Amino acid sequence: MRVAVLVKHVPDTETRIQVKPGDKKIIDEGVTYVVSPFDEFAMEEALLLRERLGDVQITAVTLGPQRATEALRTCLALGADDAILVSDPAFDGADAYVTAKALAAALKGGNFDLILAGKQAVDDDAAFVGAAVAEFLDVPVVNLVTKLEVDKAAGTATATRDLDGYSQVIEVKLPALFTAQKGLNNPRLPALMGIMKAKKKELKVLNAQALGLAPGEVGAAGAKVEVKEMFVPSKARRNKVLTGAPAETAPELVKLLAEEAKIL
Amino acid sequence: MAKDIWAFIELREGKPRKISLEAIGKGKELAAARGVKLGAVVIGAGSGAAAAEVAKYGPDVVYAAEDERLKDYSTEPYARVLGDLIKEHNPGVVLFGVSALAKDLAARLAARLGASLAGDVIALEGDGELVATRPVYAGKAQTKVGFKGEPVFLTIRPNVFPAAAAGDKQAEVVKVGPKFEDKDFRAQVKETIVPKKERVDVLEADIIVSGGRGMKGPENYGIIEKLADQLGAAVGASRAAVDAGWRPYSDQVGQTGKVVGPNLYVACGISGAIQHLVGMSSSKVIVAINKDPDAPIFKVCDYGIVGDLFEVVPAVTEEVKKRKGQ
Ligand SMILES: Cc1cc2nc3c(=O)[nH]c(=O)nc-3n(C[C@H](O)[C@H](O)[C@H](O)COP(=O)(O)OP(=O)(O)OC[C@H]3O[C@@H](n4cnc5c(N)ncnc54)[C@H](O)[C@@H]3O)c2cc1C
Ligand SMILES: Nc1ncnc2c1ncn2[C@@H]1O[C@H](COP(=O)(O)O)[C@@H](O)[C@H]1O
Repeated sequence: MRVAVLVKHVPDTETRIQVKPGDKKIIDEGVTYVVSPFDEFAMEEALLLRERLGDVQITAVTLGPQRATEALRTCLALGADDAILVSDPAFDGADAYVTAKALAAALKGGNFDLILAGKQAVDDDAAFVGAAVAEFLDVPVVNLVTKLEVDKAAGTATATRDLDGYSQVIEVKLPALFTAQKGLNNPRLPALMGIMKAKKKELKVLNAQALGLAPGEVGAAGAKVEVKEMFVPSKARRNKVLTGAPAETAPELVKLLAEEAKIL
Repeated sequence: MAKDIWAFIELREGKPRKISLEAIGKGKELAAARGVKLGAVVIGAGSGAAAAEVAKYGPDVVYAAEDERLKDYSTEPYARVLGDLIKEHNPGVVLFGVSALAKDLAARLAARLGASLAGDVIALEGDGELVATRPVYAGKAQTKVGFKGEPVFLTIRPNVFPAAAAGDKQAEVVKVGPKFEDKDFRAQVKETIVPKKERVDVLEADIIVSGGRGMKGPENYGIIEKLADQLGAAVGASRAAVDAGWRPYSDQVGQTGKVVGPNLYVACGISGAIQHLVGMSSSKVIVAINKDPDAPIFKVCDYGIVGDLFEVVPAVTEEVKKRKGQ
């Protein structure tokens, strides 16, 4: 079986996000980039599938600048067999729509039985690319998966997904795309052996032209959504912190909530 | 000519969800500003009855797609129905209330129609050019985005825009018969699991009381529940509490849980890690109860009490009870 995993290289969730006034993107300096947390679940699931099914070939795919190679190296160290970096200055200003178009083009013809992605990337938080790649490849999508079983002989998968408040068990014909959410598994860390081996694995780089994308389809030209402004929101909080015995602080808090915040 | 505004109505147990009424509320405002009509779309088996209900909330027309094959929510059949309706009537904007289902449907269909999509919208200017504000980097930054081409799909965050109220006017209900393709059924819902839940979900709640690692164990959540009962609140949890197995994942607030924005968020025994804060920082009022005066949560709260939650929370519950009794 062939499995593709879509991983995005994003700022570590601990990173302080700063924006220069007037700019439309974050200040890159001093930012540590990692594989987006939900994509780690996707990558781990691919590894678990291989452990369960045996013959599974895993390809990690990312679209991003040169530094995104690191995300692929991490996946190769974890056990991916090969990797594809989709990279081109022409993608500057791309939105999730363009990203999905390009990733779908990179996957086309790869004969993947399963494509795994994260439910959302923790930078743009679009929650779009997985479903859109599936649409462009004309395969079904099951989003928000917390359990996945593959029946190789039948060519089907059974996935459990969480739709806030209830879950569905869905049987789907392969090929299909699944987006991972927390609860699916517990991602492992790369081992030293894997890191050594990763250096020898194939990492293919594709640009827009190689993907057959026209200039009008990539970058800002192909984007559907245009960022006009980015800023760090400031929320002034009242910050009244009470100390003392509960017999005093509790009534004081409730009074403030009722009379100052007018919330009770 | 400006095109109509639509609101997608999500049903839960046959009834429109609160977030969908908020979509109608914002949709009405937008339609009025642009001098266009507001349409509402209800999809599902038994949606006829729901459509009659939705018709009271002020849309100009309600489209109701009823079909046995729409009994369970499934991405492709729903995308087919909504997509065909959009192609036929050409709305300029489709509003969805943020939910797992709405994000799933909006994403698939936006890709199919080449629609512009912005998710988790928290502010919307619409009298001139449409500009949506949405959080990025888990809420650490925000962007204002414009759109190229129509339709524009927007998923709007709960508790941001006022919900529509029912009135006397009854909108016209138009029944539509779905036309499916075989490939719409490549995925089949085999089973639906609804956990027993007597309390409102954190995404729907106006008030949330959350407990973290400071609760010390699952047996102690009774004191949180008592306060929640007094306030008519949902109960939330930090990841530490969920990972410890004290609370279900569906209660988790934060980056890998749910992003909430209630009127009041009460954090008990929660330190205020960044990944928790990004899930609740848009709450209108934040209260923190923690025994550590240096806990980061105190830096982002409106009101805080430094003290042992096992004493403070019951005392607060008593005070709320007293005030409500007045
Ligand atoms: C990729 C990633 C994603 C994450 N996603 C999430 C997420 O979605 N949601 C989330 O919550 N976290 C998330 N985390 C985890 C987060 O970093 C914190 O570890 C977590 O929020 C801590 O939970 P806590 O505040 O309950 O526990 P702690 O940090 O241990 O804090 C417990 C607090 O309780 C107080 N306390 C103890 N006893 C008492 C008492 N008797 N009375 C009063 N106060 C008391 C302590 O002073 C302390 O401040 C994520 C982390 C990562 C790396
Ligand atoms: N640039 C990218 N490269 C590879 N995968 C991506 C990229 N952007 C998004 N994805 C995948 O799509 C998922 C959803 O991303 P998003 O729609 O941006 O929130 C992510 O979790 C990834 O699996």
